[in-house]
Amino acid sequence: MARLSPENLHRAEAIVALYPERRSGLIPICHLAQAQDGYLTEEAMEDIAKICGVSPAEVRGTASFYDMLHTEPVGKYVFAVCTNIACMLAGAYEVLDHAEHRLGIHPGQTTADGMFTLEEAECLAGCDKAVCVQVNHRFFGPIDQDGFDRLVDDLTAGRLDDTVPPHGVLSRVQRQVGLPGHQSSERAEGATA
Amino acid sequence: MLTDAPRIVTARLEHADSHSLERYLATGGYEGLRKALSMTREAVHDEVNAASLLGRGGAGFPAGRKWSMLRKAPTSYLVINGDESEPATFKDHLLIERDPHQIVEGTIIAAYALGVDKAFIFCRGEFALGLERLTQAVNDAYAHGALGASIFGSEFSLDLVVHPGAGAYICGEETALLESLEGKRGFPRIKPPYFPAVIGLYGEPTVVNNVETMSNLPWIVLNGGAVFAALGQGSSTGTRLFALSGHVKRPGWYELEMSKTTFRDLIYDPSLGGGVRSGHELKAFIPGGVSAPWFYPEHLDMGLDQDAVGKAGSMLGSGSIVVMDETTCIVRAAWRISRFFHRESCGQCTPCREGSGWIEKILRRIEDGLGREEDLELLLDACDNLAPGLTWPPKQTTICVFGPSIPSSIVSGIHQFRDEFLLHVKEGGCPLPPDEVRHV
Repeated sequence: MARLSPENLHRAEAIVALYPERRSGLIPICHLAQAQDGYLTEEAMEDIAKICGVSPAEVRGTASFYDMLHTEPVGKYVFAVCTNIACMLAGAYEVLDHAEHRLGIHPGQTTADGMFTLEEAECLAGCDKAVCVQVNHRFFGPIDQDGFDRLVDDLTAGRLDDTVPPHGVLSRVQRQVGLPGHQSSERAEGATA
Repeated sequence: MLTDAPRIVTARLEHADSHSLERYLATGGYEGLRKALSMTREAVHDEVNAASLLGRGGAGFPAGRKWSMLRKAPTSYLVINGDESEPATFKDHLLIERDPHQIVEGTIIAAYALGVDKAFIFCRGEFALGLERLTQAVNDAYAHGALGASIFGSEFSLDLVVHPGAGAYICGEETALLESLEGKRGFPRIKPPYFPAVIGLYGEPTVVNNVETMSNLPWIVLNGGAVFAALGQGSSTGTRLFALSGHVKRPGWYELEMSKTTFRDLIYDPSLGGGVRSGHELKAFIPGGVSAPWFYPEHLDMGLDQDAVGKAGSMLGSGSIVVMDETTCIVRAAWRISRFFHRESCGQCTPCREGSGWIEKILRRIEDGLGREEDLELLLDACDNLAPGLTWPPKQTTICVFGPSIPSSIVSGIHQFRDEFLLHVKEGGCPLPPDEVRHV
């Protein structure tokens, strides 16, 4: 699927209604499009442009500024290995090296089977659990080389399906309510919680 | 010394379900808001002024004074900064995931005092669980009557929107945050105006406050600003949530009374950091996020006090302390911090965009054994272009404070450990190669 689904178009309108200006919905709706397709497709960016009242180029130009928004497909599981100061002191580069060998890819790349993408991340605010690793923005740590292997095995076997939603699904909880009488009070359909 | 100061923002965290509305209500939740609504807006503002609550985001500006600067206009906004990204800082992450209702309640209290009817919490995008919990808290607060029209039967109404970020350190800078909230690239705005209280979100007057700042408000309203101000010393009042990481036995978060607790307490007390990992000794520590100049063993007895740390040439900043023991390669540490700045520079200003890259490359070649003795002066020269005179606080050459923060770690490293830099050059490589994964 590439265009935003009717359900997501409806959801996108509800998001826009939360803000005094439509363009403020741009980033939340990019997250919504990624939840649908895993990344931002050309067609989704055209839909987002229309909804937010900007050009598709402005959507791409904005999205490309942000690390979490992808304009190319990424793996089912995106590993973000933090190597910033606190994690580096705990051996983050050794873990990252190990991850490269285990997955056979460098940071920024995706495995041929489309399962894993590896990223070298900046501080993820999990420094008390260094080395901190995120999978699809869910926290794991402390992680050493063996821990990384176990993580790969568990993900491959589907043992973490409950804790790690598919890539692109940022929040499984949707906003339900707004000011009564205000446009945003309309109960969004398709909400999952 | 360790004091018996109350835990203000972490009181609830001993409960596994501290994020739920049920637990929040069972532990005094939303009582501060009920009390605030029974007071005048001015009286609530007065309590926050009396508390002398310093903003907990990094700049440490008094929250009450920030509120006083809000330009009178028909429309104004309150925006809560939950885009915590300063390396080694993880306190807001904790508060967002573990006590989201406390942030929501504080935000409603602040909105009431400010007289705004629309507020936003900008939550760092990488905090997926935090976003879920904050969103759930907002849903629950509406259902509970704490948000929406006529809050708790009063005449005050507020709509609160949780806004997800998308991964960019610079969006923690308040004007970049507002740009991002407007659906644009996170480019910091040109100053003046210096404060969004004059021109902020959508060009309207806006107050931007940090998540931890908001978390203090329910307690301040319930117990009184004077009681809060009696904790700590001088301008550093109340307690503060410190994030301790690096080569310590017990990395983690600790809520401590400001000023009266020292860096030594935080790092070495058995109930806190527990000391440097066994068999090792302290080499240096970062007192307030990677933008802060480093401290050394001689600074250990200084209190966790904003003014004292500032006078000693650094900053308490975001309240994050990184401990480095004697196995730490200073060049590698400075390189990694520079790499962070290079990767996260928004790219608007040349000194920052280009300077951060040059500095990272020079440090990398020194670490790799390809450095030259004159590289030390070259590094300091590049730093001087970012922050002329290399003073503290740094002089500004760029739109925001990001660029002039880059020199902190390099200047600290070269001044304190020049020999270690030179050893890299002479020996053609790092004398302290990283060993196996070091569990502390």
